[in-house]
Amino acid sequence: MPMDEATQQSKGFMFIEFATSEMAHLAVRAANGYRMDKSHILVASHFDEIGKYKDVPDKFEPPADKPFVVKDHMKAWLTDPHARDQWAIIKGDEVSIWVNNKSQRPDLLHSRPRWTDFYVQWSPLGTYLTTFHPQGVAIWGGPGMNMMGRFLHHDVKYIDYSPNEKYACTWSWNPFRTPDGQEHHIIVWDILANRQLRTFAAPQAEEGKANPWPIFKWSHDDKYLARVSEDKGGVIQIYETPHMGLLDKKSIPVANVRCVEWSPSENMIAYWAPGYGSAPTGVTLMRIPDRQIIRTKNLHQVLDITLHWQDQGDFLLAKVIRNKTKKSQQSSLELFRCKEKNIPNETIEFPVNVVLTNVAWEPNGGSRFVVLTQPEAMTIVTHFYQMENIEEQKAKSSKHVAKSATSNADMSNICWSPRGRFCLIAATKAFTGTIEFWDTEDDLLLTTEAHDMHTDLAWDPTGRYVVSGVSYWRVQNDNGFTLWTFSGEVLVRQQNVPQFKQLAWRPRPKSLLSDAEKARIRKHLKDYTKEFEEYDLAISSKADREVVERRLALLAEWREYRARTLESYNKNKPQRISLLGIDPDVEAKKAVLQVEEVEEILEDTEEIYES
Amino acid sequence: MLPILLRGQERPLTKIKYNREGDLLFSASKDKLANVWYSHNGERIGTFDGHNGTIWDLDVDYHSKRLLTASGDGCCFLWEVMTGKNLFKWDMVVPVLSVAWAMGDQQALIVTDSRMGRKSSIHIVKIAEDSTQQTADAELIIAIPDDMSKVTIATWGDLNAFIVAGHENGTISIWDPVTGALIESVTNHTGRVQDLQMSKDKTFFVTASKDNTAHIYDSATRKHLKTFKTDRPVNSASPSPIRNHLVIGGGQDAMGVTTTSARQGKFEARIFHLVFEEEIARIKGHFGPINTLAFHPEGRGFASGGEDGYIRLHHFDPSYFKFKYDGESLRNTDGR
Repeated sequence: MPMDEATQQSKGFMFIEFATSEMAHLAVRAANGYRMDKSHILVASHFDEIGKYKDVPDKFEPPADKPFVVKDHMKAWLTDPHARDQWAIIKGDEVSIWVNNKSQRPDLLHSRPRWTDFYVQWSPLGTYLTTFHPQGVAIWGGPGMNMMGRFLHHDVKYIDYSPNEKYACTWSWNPFRTPDGQEHHIIVWDILANRQLRTFAAPQAEEGKANPWPIFKWSHDDKYLARVSEDKGGVIQIYETPHMGLLDKKSIPVANVRCVEWSPSENMIAYWAPGYGSAPTGVTLMRIPDRQIIRTKNLHQVLDITLHWQDQGDFLLAKVIRNKTKKSQQSSLELFRCKEKNIPNETIEFPVNVVLTNVAWEPNGGSRFVVLTQPEAMTIVTHFYQMENIEEQKAKSSKHVAKSATSNADMSNICWSPRGRFCLIAATKAFTGTIEFWDTEDDLLLTTEAHDMHTDLAWDPTGRYVVSGVSYWRVQNDNGFTLWTFSGEVLVRQQNVPQFKQLAWRPRPKSLLSDAEKARIRKHLKDYTKEFEEYDLAISSKADREVVERRLALLAEWREYRARTLESYNKNKPQRISLLGIDPDVEAKKAVLQVEEVEEILEDTEEIYES
Repeated sequence: MLPILLRGQERPLTKIKYNREGDLLFSASKDKLANVWYSHNGERIGTFDGHNGTIWDLDVDYHSKRLLTASGDGCCFLWEVMTGKNLFKWDMVVPVLSVAWAMGDQQALIVTDSRMGRKSSIHIVKIAEDSTQQTADAELIIAIPDDMSKVTIATWGDLNAFIVAGHENGTISIWDPVTGALIESVTNHTGRVQDLQMSKDKTFFVTASKDNTAHIYDSATRKHLKTFKTDRPVNSASPSPIRNHLVIGGGQDAMGVTTTSARQGKFEARIFHLVFEEEIARIKGHFGPINTLAFHPEGRGFASGGEDGYIRLHHFDPSYFKFKYDGESLRNTDGR
């Protein structure tokens, strides 16, 4: 450091020139804040920042208080007097939000051209609409659908909200460079503060495979987020919000761990790790944050496992594929009752080489699940299972209730009503577009319908309506959607919407009513339905009247037009007759069927009858 | 009633037309033949054999004596309906796309394609009463200017006061048949005009277009009156002479058909309400796009000709004539 000749002490500063700006950046990061001793700290900054420091006033002035701004009512859409639901739709470049009016014309709320550059996504409680842009995502909400935040993340492709909408996690295929030179794909955000919390690197998917998403799994209370990592032979990393540090500053070592899933109702994770050598494969339940293993189930010769939680966390289902012999595979389902003591487990075995194509739990705390199996090519069997009370049936607690076989190998999609009970089994993204409407309470196939080539199925948040759509992103003709009731009745058929791309129902938060209150409403349902039926009747008769009035007006207009044109037509009659030689109008009336009888004698012979 | 299936053509139908009384049905096809049928039972009476290319259009005169056919072989033929004898032949060199008798059967128009450096044009020829006196010279040739796309179909207006033509780009143009001047042109369609049919009294006309719609225009003012939307290219549209109905047919392009099932091709004939622009009924049957449709001149039924080579002859059930649409009274107060 240069010395002050007068005081024989260092001047306390110096300038260093580096060959490249990267070197300068590194030096600043390394030297800034370095403690030389107890009372001396080194400060390093870039030369071009000096101007910034020069302008700092010597006297502290407290910042002025910001005036209070009334924020938008974020739950305004729930105050609709008839509790109608909304959907967002993308048609061409235009994003619009509509209110569902059943079979009547929906009401348009907002419509903006080029609102999003890719697709739209609602936050899990329906508060925000997310739009995707090359610069990042924007979220919109409130009665006027104003911008509620912007998260800059170049070429962002996915967003994953925490269940309570406090945080969100975004992923971009295009990594950005962190100050220390690493390439990161993931950013975790605080939504209300509009702030970046932490960024992460993400493993790249293999060539030709879709990137796994979500990579981070949120716990039900937004407190933790977990992921599996291949570091050190396999670890589960759990980060704590909002500071985004590792839980207890260390990750959980689990060799070869493949996937982790949070219980939807408590801070418990389920994960599985394939065995190696003589070690068996294990499905494990672990409590967080104390990291206590509650249950482990060991399995052998496992090829793959997928974990499915029931949405209240009562049951966990593990779909297991095992090697039976070298050439044959066997699938089974492992069921865990997570709310019961010792977490009892049971197994449903399927015959060898029967492929389980899909499994889905009944939502809204239901105890049923649907399994689609493919025993042979071109056949899909739908199985309905019901979890029964363990006291009632000691030996076996899951009951196979119904089975239906179809010879349609396209049936791949299980789409449960969000309120449970009703379930669609559909050939989504397939040619036939068959949709089966099931009532699982009575194991009844309500009806089988079809929406050709449909690419999407979406239930409204109340489970009363379902929309099937043909998206322009996948199929380039017949784009449009059909609105069905839960029982398969068509309410609206809009099968010719050019460039229809997406229809997303706005979710609703959980009901604030307690179970007792809900039971009371169910008991007095008749009193309530009366009110709603009257309203429905009023709406539909009004609509009918409008249609008839419109038609009468059109008809009157047409008759007036016809009378006018016929007048000039009749005026030209002499000319017409001279041109054609006959009057076409008179002649047409005169035309009568003439019956001509022709008798032709072919042969005439006479025979004398002898008596 | 079950339709009568006429299997007399080996290749896709291009045009079918009833004669004035509706007892005969004429059909043209890509198999180079034109046929004539009894419309009430579908019996074939005869074949007009002589063309050497697809017959794109035909027209029969007012008294069902003579038939004009337009063919891709560059010729336009005049036939005697009764005998099937070829009376005259115009050699236009380039494909002939459309042909139409003028009212009174003294004149006809012939639409030629723009090929081999020739402009798309409408030729107006005089038709001699005695066909031995017939000459090949045109009275007037309307050459379509370069800034307009080519004419695909044309027909005469009431009292031969004008000629209305449909163009490749969807334009509808009106021409003076005496001077050959362009009176007016309107562009509402965004796709090729496939068909153009006059109402029975010629007070309005219906156009069918590849842009999935059919339109109605007023003949006198050329005002656009109605639009009928479907989800497939419309190849033909024909108005009912007695009710406010319009039959529309079309379907997925022939090119895309091999990859779609009949259900997705939407090969149904659809009946629309002419005033309300709403679909009333669909009639299934063809397994290829419908290329041409004709309403029976007395409104008793309609015929459709498809890419599949079949003609389907529909006769309405009695219930059709009693059928009443909401908001519509059955009385024929518009005088038709």
